[in-house]
Amino acid sequence: MDIITTENLTKTFDGFTAVDHISFSVKKGEVFGFLGPNGAGKTTTIKMLTTLLYPTQGSATIAGFDILKQRADVRENIGVVFQEPALDTELTGRENLDFHARMYGLSQEVRKKRVFKLLTLVDLLDKKDVLVKHYSGGMKRRLEIARGLMHSPTVLFLDEPTLGLDAQTRRAIWEYIKQLNKDENTTIFLTTHYMDEADFLCDRIGIIDHGKIMVMNTVDMLKKSIGNDVITLSCSDIQKLQKRLEQESWISKITPYASFLTLGVERGEEKIPAIFDIARTVNVTISSVDVRRPTLDDVFIYYTGRSMREQDHEAPHNGTKKPARFRLRWQK
Amino acid sequence: MNQKNFQAIYVLWLRQMKRFLRAKSRVLTTIVQPLFFLFILGFGFNIAVFPGMQGSYINFLAPGIIAMAILFSSMFTGVSVLWDKQSGFLQEVLVAPVSRLSIVIGRTLGGATIALFQGFIIMIIAIALGVPITSTGGLLLTLVIMVLLSFTAVGFGLIIASKMHDFEGFQSIMSLILMPLLFLSSMFYPVTESLPGWLQMLSYCNPLFYMIDGIRGSLTGVNNILDPLVDLGIILTLCIIIMGLGTYFFNKSEA
Ligand SMILES: Nc1ncnc2c1ncn2[C@@H]1O[C@H](COP(=O)(O)OP(=O)(O)OP(=O)(O)O)[C@@H](O)[C@H]1O
Ligand SMILES: [Mg+2]
Repeated sequence: MDIITTENLTKTFDGFTAVDHISFSVKKGEVFGFLGPNGAGKTTTIKMLTTLLYPTQGSATIAGFDILKQRADVRENIGVVFQEPALDTELTGRENLDFHARMYGLSQEVRKKRVFKLLTLVDLLDKKDVLVKHYSGGMKRRLEIARGLMHSPTVLFLDEPTLGLDAQTRRAIWEYIKQLNKDENTTIFLTTHYMDEADFLCDRIGIIDHGKIMVMNTVDMLKKSIGNDVITLSCSDIQKLQKRLEQESWISKITPYASFLTLGVERGEEKIPAIFDIARTVNVTISSVDVRRPTLDDVFIYYTGRSMREQDHEAPHNGTKKPARFRLRWQK
Repeated sequence: MNQKNFQAIYVLWLRQMKRFLRAKSRVLTTIVQPLFFLFILGFGFNIAVFPGMQGSYINFLAPGIIAMAILFSSMFTGVSVLWDKQSGFLQEVLVAPVSRLSIVIGRTLGGATIALFQGFIIMIIAIALGVPITSTGGLLLTLVIMVLLSFTAVGFGLIIASKMHDFEGFQSIMSLILMPLLFLSSMFYPVTESLPGWLQMLSYCNPLFYMIDGIRGSLTGVNNILDPLVDLGIILTLCIIIMGLGTYFFNKSEA
């Protein structure tokens, strides 16, 4: 059953189209990842789906309710963790959670239990009676996540939930999200700039750029779509080599970058000698080669032409372990 | 309206109370400022003789100061939606599964509680300074008008907040709209005696005029132009219209 459906959903700000006729659906119980560079339109999409912005055009439904005509019913079914801070800084951490719990009609018993459980999860129990304006950035973020998880919505929207958090907290939150998804069959709609996060959590991924969905598929299929292996080459003349390699039918995708070239191929390690031979015929010297399984990074770069790290320097460099089956590198 | 909405109204009200009590400087200035007016103007003009004014000047002035305190405080509550918009907290409120109407009611009740608290303090001080009370019935009517004034001002603040995205416009609205309204409201002097005809007409178009005239009539029973019950009728109508518009605009606004 489709729990989220959109049809030609569009948002224009003063003539600038932030979200451009997107149509997709998310199934009940799915963890769906929405990836895209800065300004791609992810947050705008979430705001329309959560009834905070009116679409300029198109429509969408959440749990069968129309986001324009049945706004109250839509709100009954959703929970949101916003990208931007949305806390009352003049209240304490506990008061913020309590406010939320009451707005969502939780009984006193459930309220107390949940507040305690979630403050423990995000490790803020000892700070619960401190005014939020005295919290650090990371602590505020953790409090917001705790708040988003307080009630159990049918669909939970997480807009870059773990931005700016330390590795340990991210792990704990991932586990909790996974559990929530499994135990309560909560559908999760997540945006992130962390590929390891998307890899770990998401069943399916949509990549959006300039307000349009570039591709949408399961994580495995996306990786396969750019070839079983990715070869990265640095060489003396990228353009020349690219032109020559384009004539080879066994290379499924060629993507040139400023200082290197990536090729999508089958059984990459066996192709390296052939590539060297070809390079020699056009008088290009290869200075380094790398063969590996495609990662979500490669998928992202392929579909948006940009790497996440190029545009997001906040990403921690810990988690992006590449599942390299075979790795080889040498210099001439 | 179901129980969830009542709980939402309660928690929105509670939030306002907590915020108000924690903002010590706001508590102080909102009480002290009208008192300044009351004392300085009250004693300063006490020797002046206004034609057609009965009793001392402070008796004339006090109802206006009470109204002004309630007006400023309530408008502030309405406009402070802008703060919530800028801090992002408004989003948290707007995605909650409660009706927009209960959000407006919660905010209005919160703002009204604070404003009335301030209004009472000034009223008590005024009475202590010798401002007479007509009757218990008159006092009750005064309270009703104070409540309606507060609701109207919150609603007006909500309308302003939904039309603005930052605070720059707020200053100009205060000086361009609010100040003339105050000076044409019969707060400081009897408009029937001193103003030329056309300005008097403007006074009668001024909602504040009926608020202050109503409080004056019901509380002190002198110097009012209309029967306080007539004022009440006009104020009630106005309150319903402004609150309706405030809810409508709040409902329409995006976060
Ligand atoms: N209220 C607004 N008024 C005008 N333009 C806006 C508004 N909100 C968003 N935009 C523009 O719409 C585009 C999409 O913004 P959006 O916040 O959806 O991006 P995003 O994909 O969430 O990016 P990020 O990864 O940086 O969070 C941006 O170019 C942004 O400048
Ligand atoms: Mg965003």
